[in-house]
Amino acid sequence: MALWFARLPTDRLQRQRSPDDRPLVLSIKNNNARILYAVDRKAARLRLAPGMPLASARAMVRELNIVEADASADAKLLAAIADWCDRYTPFVSIDGIDGLLLDVTGATHLFGGETAMLETVRAAIARQGFTVRGAIAGTAAAARALARFTDATIAAPGAEAKAVALLPVAALNLDSVDTHALRRAGLKTVAQVASRARSELTARFSKEMVFKLDRALGLSEKPISPRRILPDYMAEHRFAEPVVVQDFIAGSILSLAESLCRVLEERGQGARKLEASFFRSDGVVNRIALDTARPLREPKIIARLFRERLDALSDPLDLGFGFDLIRLGALHAERLVPESVGLEARPDDDKEIAFLIDRLAARFGSHRILAFQPQDTHIPEAAGVAVPAQHAPETKLDWEPRIPGEAPQRPLRMLSQPEPIEVMAQIPDGPPLRFRWRRALHAVARAEGPERIAMEWWKNQKPQPTRDYYRVEDEMGRRFWLYRDGLYGRERFAPRWYVHGLFA
Amino acid sequence: MPNALKKLEQARQLLQPILNEGRSRMRLGHADADSVLGGGLLLGAVHEIFAGDAGASGFAACAAQRVSGTKKMLWIIQDFSTLEYGTPSPTGFAELGIDPTRFLLLRAANAEDALRAGVDALSCTGLGAVILEIVGNPKVLDLVASRRLVLAAQHKSVTVILLRQGAIAEPSAAQTRWQIRSHHSSATDDWGMPRFETELVRNRQGEIGHWVMEWSCDDGAFRKPDDQAAHFGLVVRTPADGSFAAAALAG
Repeated sequence: MALWFARLPTDRLQRQRSPDDRPLVLSIKNNNARILYAVDRKAARLRLAPGMPLASARAMVRELNIVEADASADAKLLAAIADWCDRYTPFVSIDGIDGLLLDVTGATHLFGGETAMLETVRAAIARQGFTVRGAIAGTAAAARALARFTDATIAAPGAEAKAVALLPVAALNLDSVDTHALRRAGLKTVAQVASRARSELTARFSKEMVFKLDRALGLSEKPISPRRILPDYMAEHRFAEPVVVQDFIAGSILSLAESLCRVLEERGQGARKLEASFFRSDGVVNRIALDTARPLREPKIIARLFRERLDALSDPLDLGFGFDLIRLGALHAERLVPESVGLEARPDDDKEIAFLIDRLAARFGSHRILAFQPQDTHIPEAAGVAVPAQHAPETKLDWEPRIPGEAPQRPLRMLSQPEPIEVMAQIPDGPPLRFRWRRALHAVARAEGPERIAMEWWKNQKPQPTRDYYRVEDEMGRRFWLYRDGLYGRERFAPRWYVHGLFA
Repeated sequence: MPNALKKLEQARQLLQPILNEGRSRMRLGHADADSVLGGGLLLGAVHEIFAGDAGASGFAACAAQRVSGTKKMLWIIQDFSTLEYGTPSPTGFAELGIDPTRFLLLRAANAEDALRAGVDALSCTGLGAVILEIVGNPKVLDLVASRRLVLAAQHKSVTVILLRQGAIAEPSAAQTRWQIRSHHSSATDDWGMPRFETELVRNRQGEIGHWVMEWSCDDGAFRKPDDQAAHFGLVVRTPADGSFAAAALAG
């Protein structure tokens, strides 16, 4: 289905403002002269057209409402309409500056057939204050051509060539040079162009032009690229009357989850990324997305996760006048291997943990619930990282085994930023004797070290100073992990000391 | 009035064994402490630790490991705590003999989120223990909240170690209350296993006590520090003035 918004710029303004009797034109600067960018119906009737110099327009019509054109606002409005059309089908793409393309394959029966669907969409958009024409055809290019150059039509599959035959060559959406050349060659309608041999056309124009011709004739198709990620699986509820009751909405999510899980089960898949879209009757769409740690296929858990996420929203979902469509989609699904229950298996523990991680991620954000992973580096702060537990990549690395019989060589708590301390130590490389940290003085009773850790010289352009780490116990028994940053004399003139961590 | 209170106390003590029937305990490994605790730390209960310094975190991690066995553990920490006291580090766990992959970390924005996450996590049977680290004395952690924690912990038998940083003691429904800080190592040259000075200041079902415990990273258990290994019976600082004899006499 193609939709064409003939007067998008002026409609945008007329929706916002109070009605004005004067004809509305938008002007834009073009090479130091102002020309008309768009005109509304009244102005068009007075023979004003885009491209006309503003001065001429003012001469022709005394009372004119002139406003500056704003292409970006128009684009934003078109994007909003595209999002609104999501309620009809998720395959929506923007066509130029004033059109939309919707792939309605398989969706028309939901609206009572192609004619009924076209009329529903047209009427709904027109109700919002837009001038819109639409057409449905087997290919996007054909539908587009029909929308712009004829009244609302449906071209049956296979009949595109006949439908576009009598349209002017401008309907092929070629650039102006090619269109002009076609006219000069005496080819005024699409049928005339089509009757020419393809080899002639390719030689004179380009292959691209021939492709466009074929698409307009319904002979080939280039799929549209949709604006949003298309869900792998989707279930939706349309309500004849907009719903406002919270419990009803929660129940709807549960039953949508059940339908979705049934489909997932048939395909042996589980959802990794879910999105619930709430379409308000006044056009606003709210979308809530969720990630899961493992492929998920259980309706009650899905409903619970969405409940957590909705509870945690800082602004509760604004119902407006109610939702007339709720859609639950699995944006990304993966194979779900059903677990076989072993004799002494405790599969529930893993499942419970995954559910916990998902719950906490839904409520607090997936960046807050973390698991630890080893890294292949000897730099202390990077040797083990905390990664979001839902997206923890598989790793073949193992943690460095500890040396049996040895006390801990690494601190339990590490400061994310090593804090500078004042240290009294023998130069060049004696252990610390006393140090001051956060205004408290500590006398060192015992020091172990140094453990020399050189920074990864192969990674950085600038050479990084070597660190000499000391495990230090103060007079109270508290253990610290200190380091001297830089070798005295060789790397730094006056090395600085830092505390990096605290031992148990 | 006092009579009624006494009767209440007696009734509670009569009922307590019945209530605790079937609830297991996990030995810490330190014989004296375990006997005072009635066999060990009560599972599915809330144990509150007031941290004197970073040693308390170590004790919490080690106790959580004892209590959980092979199950996973969750450490809930406030953002502020990580800035002020450092983040739990996986290499640190590994060095203590605890598998870092068994720990999950939840960074909470504030105490309220941490508490809510804690109560939620206690319904997960896959967890063995939850370390809930709270800074200071936030209003949300009142008596009602601590009772809610106790009930939630009992429900699915997940043990809670409530680690309080920079806080002063206030009434709570916890099973035990500890004050823990690091203890200095023995006088030998070895950088020994971590030692903790643990003071059990409140115990719902028993006496209080004061012990020095050492964590054996190899065995994964606490034990009484083996001070006999030290040649000097007493812990001494650097004996600069040859006071070995004095120390030997004292030991």
